[in-house]
Amino acid sequence: MIRFLAQRLTFALLLVLVVSSTALFLTRLAPGDVTAQLGPFASATEIASTRARFDLDRSPGAQWATWLARTVRFDFGDSFLYNRPVRGLVLSAAVNTAVLAVAALALATLVGIPLGVFSGSRSGAGAAVIRAMSLVCLSVPPLLTSLLLLFIAASTRWFPAGGMTSADATTLGGSAWIADVATHLPLPVLALALPIAATFERLQSQSMTEALHQPFTHAALARGLSARDVILRHAWRVSLRPICGVYGLAIGALLSGSFVVEFVTAWPGLGRLMYEALRARDIYLVAGCAAMGGLFLAIGSVIGDLLLAAADPRVRERQAP
Amino acid sequence: MKRAGLWLLAAAVLVTIAAPWLAPNPPDRRHPGSLYAPPTTVHLFDGGPRVPFIYPQRLVNPLERRFEEDTSQPVSLRWFTEGRLVTVYEADGGPLLLLGADSLGRDTFSRLLYSARTSLGLALIGTLGALLVGAFVGGLAGYAGGAIDHALSRFTDFVLVLPAIYVALALRAAMPLVLPPATVFVLLASIFALLGWPIVARGVRAIVASEREREYVTAGRALGATPWRLLTRHLLPATAGYLAAQATLLLPAFIMAEATLSYVGLGFPDTVPTWGTMLQQASNISLVVDAPWMLAPAGAIFLVVLGVNLVVQGAGRTPVQLEP
Repeated sequence: MIRFLAQRLTFALLLVLVVSSTALFLTRLAPGDVTAQLGPFASATEIASTRARFDLDRSPGAQWATWLARTVRFDFGDSFLYNRPVRGLVLSAAVNTAVLAVAALALATLVGIPLGVFSGSRSGAGAAVIRAMSLVCLSVPPLLTSLLLLFIAASTRWFPAGGMTSADATTLGGSAWIADVATHLPLPVLALALPIAATFERLQSQSMTEALHQPFTHAALARGLSARDVILRHAWRVSLRPICGVYGLAIGALLSGSFVVEFVTAWPGLGRLMYEALRARDIYLVAGCAAMGGLFLAIGSVIGDLLLAAADPRVRERQAP
Repeated sequence: MKRAGLWLLAAAVLVTIAAPWLAPNPPDRRHPGSLYAPPTTVHLFDGGPRVPFIYPQRLVNPLERRFEEDTSQPVSLRWFTEGRLVTVYEADGGPLLLLGADSLGRDTFSRLLYSARTSLGLALIGTLGALLVGAFVGGLAGYAGGAIDHALSRFTDFVLVLPAIYVALALRAAMPLVLPPATVFVLLASIFALLGWPIVARGVRAIVASEREREYVTAGRALGATPWRLLTRHLLPATAGYLAAQATLLLPAFIMAEATLSYVGLGFPDTVPTWGTMLQQASNISLVVDAPWMLAPAGAIFLVVLGVNLVVQGAGRTPVQLEP
């Protein structure tokens, strides 16, 4: 177990390092730099001082070395756009994205898996309806879902149309603020969760059907267990394996999906921050966002591995020391 | 189910090819009197039944952008003129706006048809590129084995982990922001191929690695076939079914990727009609509430992706959504 954890930790560190360094070099080598944000009337000294502030007057390699030396001490440099340290910016954006992603993953799991168990273990009108709905949801990616939900919200006023808080949110106290965020949450969460829930439903349904055709379910039925027990206690457990395998990948899909959803619904998360930083060539903010994204990915793959080990004893055996 | 999907896709391809003939108006023509005009209704009855006709739309309240039909003078549709299936001359009381007009008074329906050419064409070329690169890398890794296989597989796995849309975003943002449309097309197609190949390569590697142990490969080698010939003539054809399956995953993902990139302003410039640039025009949601036809490209994307998914489900496989 310890060896496994150490392995994953090394992988996570490597992923964060490679992703953020690549982002740094990509931004540095791209045509144009952050001084374009100063406007066309910036003086030469102003441009020179800005370049010096972001180490753009040094070679890319030297810049990377200083950046790395500071980063290991958790100092990620300053953002030009916000004129603040990158660390605080990225942390607050990451929390917002995590709230969105965790809520969406929970919703997708709670909706997708039970529906998949149902549609995989039965044949009939109910299962057919679920399958059709899944196919429709799979064909509407987050960009379209969030636009449509936003459209519905704006025309019916059932939900606030975009944003994370109301305009007067800064005056609200703790619990009122949380309530305000909670009313803004359903729209982006739904947009993000629908295709993932549909993917879970399809996978669960298929693996459930496969599990029910295996000899052990026939044996269990022959022993006189009720169909309900066989499905929920025996077949379901076996059928979970492909789902757990996809869970790790789902985190990546959540990150990608959340970018679009954040952009459309004006949710102040990591995706928006990264986009703004990329466009402005705000070099340390780009690297900071990329590092945080890499960390999310690493966490996702660890969670996926742990779930797989929990669902499948064979995986546990292999990884035991 | 599979048949319904194939019909949908065939219709999409036909419409795309026939766009200049089917579109009632040139996609870039602005109709200054029709900003945000609602869809023109085609009537069949005027007292009694008669050939299809429209009533000219007139802006009655510029502040509310309210249009009314001028029922005093019906205008017949003109069929098969100027190389178009159907249109209405502006001098007669046109334009014919089957899906309304956008903020510049351009015909949404015509733009939708022309958009399909860029959006679908780009997705198709991106898919082909990803399949080619993936088949090549995967085939090489699977056939060579050993250290080459190890290095290539590790690299493949690494690229596979990255969230595609961020990589696309970063790569596109690293280029100059304003580029001519043709350059953008090539650039996006390359980025898509770059992002799509690892998914293909992993499967191809597995298939080639197991196929190369089969007798027919040994026989081929004994007959003096070169590794290149073995790979291209015998081993890669064995992966054809797998490649087709991957194409059905990549195509919808690339359609969406174009839409997403154009939506956030990092794809095509908004002078080029694509589904993404059209959706971008619909990004101001308070305007769209009064002009819901601006969301038409969402419907087009949905139908194409649904077509692909129906084919996948009909073929007995599980449709999943690749990010984004």
